[in-house]
Amino acid sequence: MVETTDNSAVLALRPGDVVVLSRDGLDALISALREADYDVTGPTVRNAAIVLGPVSSTSDLPVGYRDEQSAGRYRVVKEDDERCFQWAVGPGSWKGEFFPSKQEQWRAVRSGETYTFVEPRFESPSLAIFGARPCEVAAIGVLDKVLSQGTYGDARYVSRRRDLFVVVAECGAPASTCFCTSMGTGPGASDGFDLSLSEISDAGGHRFVVRVGSERGGAILSTVARERASSEDLVARERLLEDAETTMSRRMPSGIAAVLAHSQESPRWSEIAERCLSCANCTLVCPTCFCSDVHDVTDLSGAVIRERTWSSCFDLEHSYLHGGSVRASGGSRYRQWMTHKLSTWWDQFDASGCVGCGRCIAWCPVGIDITEEAALFEQDAQLPEPEASAR
Amino acid sequence: MSSDLRLDVTESDGDGRGALTPILHRVVSRHQETADVTILALEPLSGPRLEVRPGQFNMLTAFGVGEVAISVSSAPRDPGPIQHSVRDVGQVTHALCRSRVGDLIGVRGPFGTDWRVSLDDVNSPILSGGDVVVMAGGIGLAPLRGAVHELVARAREGGGRVFVLIGAREPAQIVFNEDLAAWERDGARVLVSVDRGSPQWRGRVGLVTTLLADAGFDASSAAALICGPEIMMRFSARALVDMGVDPHRILVSLERNMQCGLGWCGHCQLGPFILCRDGPVVPYAGVVSHLLSERER
Repeated sequence: MVETTDNSAVLALRPGDVVVLSRDGLDALISALREADYDVTGPTVRNAAIVLGPVSSTSDLPVGYRDEQSAGRYRVVKEDDERCFQWAVGPGSWKGEFFPSKQEQWRAVRSGETYTFVEPRFESPSLAIFGARPCEVAAIGVLDKVLSQGTYGDARYVSRRRDLFVVVAECGAPASTCFCTSMGTGPGASDGFDLSLSEISDAGGHRFVVRVGSERGGAILSTVARERASSEDLVARERLLEDAETTMSRRMPSGIAAVLAHSQESPRWSEIAERCLSCANCTLVCPTCFCSDVHDVTDLSGAVIRERTWSSCFDLEHSYLHGGSVRASGGSRYRQWMTHKLSTWWDQFDASGCVGCGRCIAWCPVGIDITEEAALFEQDAQLPEPEASAR
Repeated sequence: MSSDLRLDVTESDGDGRGALTPILHRVVSRHQETADVTILALEPLSGPRLEVRPGQFNMLTAFGVGEVAISVSSAPRDPGPIQHSVRDVGQVTHALCRSRVGDLIGVRGPFGTDWRVSLDDVNSPILSGGDVVVMAGGIGLAPLRGAVHELVARAREGGGRVFVLIGAREPAQIVFNEDLAAWERDGARVLVSVDRGSPQWRGRVGLVTTLLADAGFDASSAAALICGPEIMMRFSARALVDMGVDPHRILVSLERNMQCGLGWCGHCQLGPFILCRDGPVVPYAGVVSHLLSERER
């Protein structure tokens, strides 16, 4: 591995290489991505929350912010801290980048006796997601299975997703709501990235340990001033991830898929329904929830416009079938959501629908905690079944 | 952030066979089958007719109103245009039922699994010999009609005997009366029962399952196709299994809200299934027998 400290890289960096960037170096990386015509999107503070937006320099990042999250609670706090990634996840997930909350599918324009269809075509600039958490990158992989790897691929999703450049920010500041370790999606990143950042701030100074995950990641990084990663840097990264893991107190029971498959008639669903408001917040903040409604609207010219908007299984209309909703009770809707996320998703897409980001816990207005409910279902499942023993 | 997307448009002629954009069809005939069921025959404005296997469905667009999933009720053997039998139960189906000859309807499809009665279906659990029992409740006969046509024709060519057991709420709601007579003429045993009779009704009164005992099929070798309300399918399948029919050779057609047909919209989930993709026709054995007995409310 040849390291240079100027911009004229002799040899491009290769997957597996590790370097160190200063904050200036990180700015140079953002500039390099923008010069390579990437639409760089990343975390930024707006309306007292960390949300996604255009990033043109590190000063757009949530520098000095941390987030406080617990069941039903989310706050950002500004501190005297030079770090850019000292927070967990905000309410906005990356799914909106590929799968907008509202999109036009086609427009049928009257032409004489017939209709002419006008379909939107998608020629968006290549997207670079900057500072996505490992759990969020895992969530994109889950969405891929639904929207681009089935019998039919969603053209819009695919066009925006295809050339995605991923700069992952490994997680050194999990919130109390996080449980990625038990889902196997974090706090470190193992794959699915072009570049992986780990932010270190210790006696050695403020810096970013950057791992190269792809050829093009190496090519871009080769244009940026950087230093060789020392053994201290590598140890500091290990410690960052170890600390993150130990601070994560929530966990998802590992056998939850099978437990829920056999808990469909549990009285616990109606107990949860006494707290659940069916507000759909959990499905909106969830980085993998993909349900959509399709509806037609007309305009004054007589054109028919078919739109697709995000929807939620907590909506009564979601299961409407000639004359009524199949899932009429709140309990049946919560059951659908939780069972789908953790159990039937495996049947449908050979993956978990949950990545452990904890958003549904923080953004539930009444603080329903999916890990707590899962643990209770697991407990119930371990009790001997009176019926079974009687037989 | 979607505003960042530069959105170009491309004009298509409306016949682009995309999954999302409907293919324009014209209503070439309509027939009022019962008080609330209308049969629409549809021809594409251009291009070939859709090739549909019995049991599959299309997404039909009533322009300006919306789109619904409707099963195809014509058979591949039928020489004419494809037919959909639409029951007027909501906004879109109401608009479809009121459409007139010459009107344009958008069609996407066909989607989903089928009744496994096609000639090229070498591993079909239905065509592997023995009698075939077809049980339908009400408009549930619509997606089965093409399959019965196929089975009756095959029976004449030496295939298994065909038993068609029909249940309807009342005599006026029995659909495809002409077909029932034709199937009987062609050698099928057709039995009909209604929940409530009428002064003119001379036939049986009772649930469709009460027809099973007298039907006269050989349960140990029989396969079955069932479509109707879920409770009807549950009791019918259980009764068949109790008689000795192999649950792996019983197929049922499940229904949920469908908004895309492509496996994206999430509405048609039922347990492990995304029904537009994994269904609507699924084997009764295993998970489906549990799903049909679980309370989803």
